[in-house]
Amino acid sequence: MNAPAPTPSTAPATPRAPSVWRSQLGTYLGLFAVLAGMVALFSSLSEYFWSAETFVTIANEIPALAVMAVGMTFVLIIAGIDLSVGSVMALAAATSAAAILQWGWSVPAAAALALATGLVCGTITGAISVAWRLPSFIVSLGMLEAVRGSAYLVTDSRTQYVGDAISWLAAPFFGGISVAFLLAVALVVIAQLVLTRTVFGRCVVGIGTNEEAMRLAGVDPRPIRITVFAVTGLLAGLAGLMQSARLEAADPNAGSGMELQVIAAVVIGGTSLMGGRGSVVTTAFGVLIIAVLEAGLAQIGASEPSKRIITGSVIVAAVIIDTLRQRRAKV
Amino acid sequence: MPRTTDPATQPLLSVEGVGKDYTATVLDGVTLALNAGEVLALTGENGAGKSTLSKIVCGLESATRGSLRLAGQPYVPTSRRDAERQGVRMVMQELGLVSTLTVAENLLMGRLPHRAGWLQRDALHTAAHAQLAKIGLQHIDPATPVSALGIGQQQMVEIARNLQDDTRILILDEPTAMLTPRETNYLFEQITRLTARGVAIVYVSHRLEELRRIADRVAVLRDGRMVDVRPMAGLSEDDLVQRMVGRSVNDLEHRPRRVAGPVVMRVDGIGRADVVQNVSLELRAGEVFGIAGLVGSGRTELLRLLFGADRADRGEVTLHEEIKPNQPTALDTQAQAATKIEANNVPPVLRRLARGFASPLQAIAAGVGLVTEDRKSQGLLLAQPIRVNATLSDLGSIASGGWLQRAKENALVQGFVRTLRIRCQSPEQPVGQLSGGNQQKVVFARWLHRPVRVLMLDEPTRGVDVGARAELYGELDRMAGEGRALLMVSSDLRELMAMADRIGVMSAGRLVAVFERGEWTEQSLLAAAFSDTTGRSAAAGDASPSSPRPSATA
Repeated sequence: MNAPAPTPSTAPATPRAPSVWRSQLGTYLGLFAVLAGMVALFSSLSEYFWSAETFVTIANEIPALAVMAVGMTFVLIIAGIDLSVGSVMALAAATSAAAILQWGWSVPAAAALALATGLVCGTITGAISVAWRLPSFIVSLGMLEAVRGSAYLVTDSRTQYVGDAISWLAAPFFGGISVAFLLAVALVVIAQLVLTRTVFGRCVVGIGTNEEAMRLAGVDPRPIRITVFAVTGLLAGLAGLMQSARLEAADPNAGSGMELQVIAAVVIGGTSLMGGRGSVVTTAFGVLIIAVLEAGLAQIGASEPSKRIITGSVIVAAVIIDTLRQRRAKV
Repeated sequence: MPRTTDPATQPLLSVEGVGKDYTATVLDGVTLALNAGEVLALTGENGAGKSTLSKIVCGLESATRGSLRLAGQPYVPTSRRDAERQGVRMVMQELGLVSTLTVAENLLMGRLPHRAGWLQRDALHTAAHAQLAKIGLQHIDPATPVSALGIGQQQMVEIARNLQDDTRILILDEPTAMLTPRETNYLFEQITRLTARGVAIVYVSHRLEELRRIADRVAVLRDGRMVDVRPMAGLSEDDLVQRMVGRSVNDLEHRPRRVAGPVVMRVDGIGRADVVQNVSLELRAGEVFGIAGLVGSGRTELLRLLFGADRADRGEVTLHEEIKPNQPTALDTQAQAATKIEANNVPPVLRRLARGFASPLQAIAAGVGLVTEDRKSQGLLLAQPIRVNATLSDLGSIASGGWLQRAKENALVQGFVRTLRIRCQSPEQPVGQLSGGNQQKVVFARWLHRPVRVLMLDEPTRGVDVGARAELYGELDRMAGEGRALLMVSSDLRELMAMADRIGVMSAGRLVAVFERGEWTEQSLLAAAFSDTTGRSAAAGDASPSSPRPSATA
């Protein structure tokens, strides 16, 4: 990435000049260590965990979570939150299923409809919260209900079986890995570049850090806020497609409660709920940590209650560690 | 015990060599004795250290140096509550009321009458009513939510809250700023009653006329030092102003006026509600227009209106076309060219904007920039590196097709760090870690590479140490020399007198006077700044006879 900038001649050259890249590297290594530790732990607890099969399964399960987490990272960086992603995912899957089954649309058209559904939902959330200056928490909470209701309406409250029309998205493609997984990886890379290398990304971080300062610097925060929510909706729509490809069905209950899992992944990755700080790459680590934890606990036969207790503890522990690390870095 | 004196003559509070350092020293070697039953006026210019001293006494800040004694005993308040327990209370300028609770609940906060946790509403309202009656507010229903009161009444409630029986010292920080004359009279009556009971009052105010009415002695702070403590009787307002100012004259104050170029921006009757009232002025290329005035006189608000950060509700801003002098080689020909243009006429109008700019975005696009007063909350992204902060208002110039060109950005920022001598470890250092002066340089950097024709600066040297100040002045000089028009607000008159070519003085939302370089004196500027609050006209030099103060002490 970026080379450490040479110290200018007038400034006293101190060897511990921090560079963005080096401080990020520390974060990456830390998250990788946590992930590796979990893999090692589960491998020692269960003889079946350390196998290609496990990892392929995990890889094919996470794309929906991952793409929504990418969008959520941007939302949290602008100090917002979007609780509606799980519902939007279900509605997108539902509309595409309805388009294929009831209206006889072609698969690409139905897929485009799913994406458009997500985009519209996200834009509504963003536009309402910007236009009336409402907290996105409240607006997206309303959307969570309304969109879920719409999903029931579209599916007649029944799971719609779409069959294998779009299952290619989730089908093994290369060494058992699905197209969806590769797409998610590509999105993580692109989103990270957008965040760190574009004017848009710079504005997103700036708005999350100090919106008034950005406004006085001549940046209108409103379109940027709306765009972030719109893109998050779009990605939730894509997640809906991935989900219905994998399950070959659109379930109106799909993704209920998933918004919390998405937020947990982003926060475990070290993105601040207060805004201004975050990274898509670390979010990807957060997604992997959640997925490995889930798969691992299932493998060692943990009961559902203990699974949830452990997952909850891991989320809080991860945030404590990250907060301590940040505080130390500030001194 | 050292220094134990006869209790009859022993001061209630003695302040001994107290100093306070933040990044800079704001208070140094302040020694003061406060006697029971007196009203001591504490006065001085903005930033002289009045508030800091008050906050130290009431436990909100701790002194860096020196010591305090309360009735002869060492007094080290650890918090405001601790100070209040010892009978030292302060009525703050910023209201400390909880606006969603009722008047009664606010008045008795912390000692609400209850039985097993259940509020005794009758007892609460009776006690609150008695408290309100003390200050002539018996017409206020104690059950009214504070948010339903006007700001003046809120201020009175705040004062009532601090009129507790156990009060030994009461500090009033600009208590009448929002009061009507009648409310002020109630307050003064109450002060008289308190002093008769032996309570010592510290009355912090700019309002010289009030000080003459109420105070027994006056203490004047200047630049964090106590310069004078003397009886109020026989002091005229001019004497007081003299004592508040009384500085040696700076060399820069005698420099020649810069040669003003053509008019760049013209402001006609701009205003917003009663905060800024119909201000008109002309900014010329290459000139520094200073704005003086007390805090709250509408200076900051004026700049925000001109920048589009707030929307004006009346008036007009006119931008004029830029006229480039024909590349003169020697300085004197440039001066000649400039005077010729000035003598000629006003350049053609480029744009006329009713009610000024609609947004900062529009202002910046038109070449108008603002360095905000509070750089931490409005100017900077503290957690972000210098690099990000310096390029914030001109991302377009370091990007192509929306992608940032990191190499271009690094080169640009390194140039800033070099030319502005920003002291840092690297451009990647978070701005929050820099000193005040270096932070301000980063804000300046943002406007350096843009074609900014009008740059407005609000308190550009606040919180900046002396050395870095000189560098910032040099930078302002350079910007003016490049033909930019600078509009600079400052509470530091000496700074304005050194930097500005013209100084406009604001008072109560109006631009009450504009002085040319050479025409002003510190006294005339201060007189204009105080004109609206003291009831004197800006032009009138001498003090009007003030009303006799109520007989307070026996």
